[in-house]
Amino acid sequence: MPRQIRRWGPPLLLISPSLIIIGVFVYGLIAININTSMTDIHTAAQATGRKPSEFVGLVNYTDLLASPAFQHSLRNLVLYTVVFLVGTMVMGFVWAWLLDRPARGEGIFRSVYLFPMAVSFIASGVVWRWLLNSNQGENASGLNRLFQILGVPFLQNNWWNNVNYGIAAIAIPAIWQLSGYVMALFLAGFRGIPEELREAGRIDGASEWKLYRYVLFPQLSPVALSAVVIIGHMSLKAFDLIMSISKPANYQTKVPAVDMYVFKSAFNYADAAAVGVILLVIVAILIVPYLVHTARAEKS
Amino acid sequence: MRRMAAVAAVAAVTLGLAACSSGGDDEATSTSTGTEAGSGGDVEVFTWWAAGSEKLGLDALVGVFETQHPEYTFVNGAVAGGAGSAAKDLLQSRLQANDPPDTFQAHAGKELTDYIDAGQLEDVSALYDDYDLTDVFPPTLLDLLTVDGMIYSIPSNIHRSNMVWANPAVLTEAGLDPAATYDSIEAWFPALDAVQATGKTALSVATTWTQVNLLETILMSDLGPESYNGLWDGTTDWSSTEVTAALTDFEKLMSYTNTDRDGLDWPEATQLVIDGGAAFNVMGDWAVAAFEEQDKVAGTDYIYFPVPGSADLFGFLADSFTLPVGAPNPDGAKAWLDTVGSLEGQTAFNQAKGSIPARTDADPADFSEYQQSAIKAYAQDTIVPSLAHGAAASITVLTAISDATSKFTTGASDLATYQSELAAAAGS
Repeated sequence: MPRQIRRWGPPLLLISPSLIIIGVFVYGLIAININTSMTDIHTAAQATGRKPSEFVGLVNYTDLLASPAFQHSLRNLVLYTVVFLVGTMVMGFVWAWLLDRPARGEGIFRSVYLFPMAVSFIASGVVWRWLLNSNQGENASGLNRLFQILGVPFLQNNWWNNVNYGIAAIAIPAIWQLSGYVMALFLAGFRGIPEELREAGRIDGASEWKLYRYVLFPQLSPVALSAVVIIGHMSLKAFDLIMSISKPANYQTKVPAVDMYVFKSAFNYADAAAVGVILLVIVAILIVPYLVHTARAEKS
Repeated sequence: MRRMAAVAAVAAVTLGLAACSSGGDDEATSTSTGTEAGSGGDVEVFTWWAAGSEKLGLDALVGVFETQHPEYTFVNGAVAGGAGSAAKDLLQSRLQANDPPDTFQAHAGKELTDYIDAGQLEDVSALYDDYDLTDVFPPTLLDLLTVDGMIYSIPSNIHRSNMVWANPAVLTEAGLDPAATYDSIEAWFPALDAVQATGKTALSVATTWTQVNLLETILMSDLGPESYNGLWDGTTDWSSTEVTAALTDFEKLMSYTNTDRDGLDWPEATQLVIDGGAAFNVMGDWAVAAFEEQDKVAGTDYIYFPVPGSADLFGFLADSFTLPVGAPNPDGAKAWLDTVGSLEGQTAFNQAKGSIPARTDADPADFSEYQQSAIKAYAQDTIVPSLAHGAAASITVLTAISDATSKFTTGASDLATYQSELAAAAGS
């Protein structure tokens, strides 16, 4: 027994501070949050315990998922995630592919594409709010004005103020900011493929397309998966960019994270917690299979 | 198996810490009440007055406080951002954690309901007698502040929500007489049509809360004071045809507004009128500060009048100060409330902020031209509570009404759906 302690004790002692902190502030608070989401704490008086609150099980979840307002938020979230994900993956891959061939000024382009990531969502949101101004015709500004100057006025639209697809317009600045990051991931992936493999393929008579299709793409799939997971979970948590361009009360740009904020501000802690759990589950659906996959890959 | 044991260990540690932390909380509260200062000490005043005319007003009020109560030290707890929403969020957390400031700013009226229900505010009606405030505030205001025979805050200033600001040059260009008056919303439409025909924005508005501000003034105008007040105490039916008529007017008014409204806040909407891009703007009377800051002259550069049809109504909202339960320095907070309610305090504060004193005994000669007209209106008009600024309804009701309004004005719901959602919101 003492020998076992001697073997396990020091490492356990060393990692225990972080274990405890993560245990309390991540898993402990998730547990408390789930507990709150299953109560009927919808008023300030119940939140402070002055009025009784009781356990109601999954009622808040069923109510939320049945409400048209929350369904609208979820629909917005899906639309935003799809546009954001497809946009960054396509742009990032194309840029990486272009820069992969030795090109002059590659370093400059790489920095130019990466720079937007250094800007905070709040700061870029302030600028994009102006660029995405929904006025058309005489009062137009931002991109709509640019379209007029370029002689393509039919491209003008009301951007994020479109009640059905407005949220997709907010994905544009997000794509602008994170395409460079995806590019860097893919570029690292390209550089990680030994030149010999390409040469071998060419010697065997593979066309340039076949070379990409059968030699390079399969080697890039782990990178692509990481990019999808990273961008996907960022997208699901989208809040700051939306708050900075739009306002929390605007119906057209509501997503679950904004709902959570509005519920919390109105002392409706139970529903806010329920939205938080729903978001956590959605993110988990994306991330857990990825973690399982990487764990298996590491083992083998 | 080993993994299971580790998880169990983490869970046990978590529980232990949770127990510790709740124990620590109680201890903190008891020490803070134990070190109460009998007199003197710091007074933390929590507001969202961090910039512009609001900051100037607070500074002036602090000046009076330091002369009236030199034994206390003012500690500025102002939190900037989001027209008060950042401050309210922080306040919510602090009250929840039993760490209240000595006194905090809140809109007078129903917005206090949540704090009152949560037992976070002390009844200050005794202070109204101590400081002789009962006779200097108008009785209609006191009625609006009283909840079950108790009053939980002392108002520092009054704003009027139902005001129209207009650019006379734009009106003249549209062939309108800037001096014209309109008796009802109905009578206002031809003027809006005339402006729209010139290609300018007839009515500028900003994001959701300013649209709710517009909605409340239409309701005041179309329903009249009794029916409007009835919306908040349940005696007026939200599904009635008179409400439908008001909402139809609201829908029509929104059709005259700028298309980029949801991305703007009120200063940008008012700026459209100042710059001559729009003719009219419905906004509370803090808008006058925007005109004055840019050296615009009332009468020639801009004109103002109550929203058509509500000339004898005063859409009231007020900032007020409270005494939170468990304030570290309650005597200091009472001294602050004394200054807030005093004639000197209200005069100094409102001269700088541009609002009007809640007291009726202030000398109008001390104030600007607009303020003098507002003081006169405040004394003779019927006072009705503002919805958008927390006087008429609780935060929950206001949030639900805002959501329904945003949905309607973005075109996601029709008038009938909007009306039924409003009815549901008022009942929430």
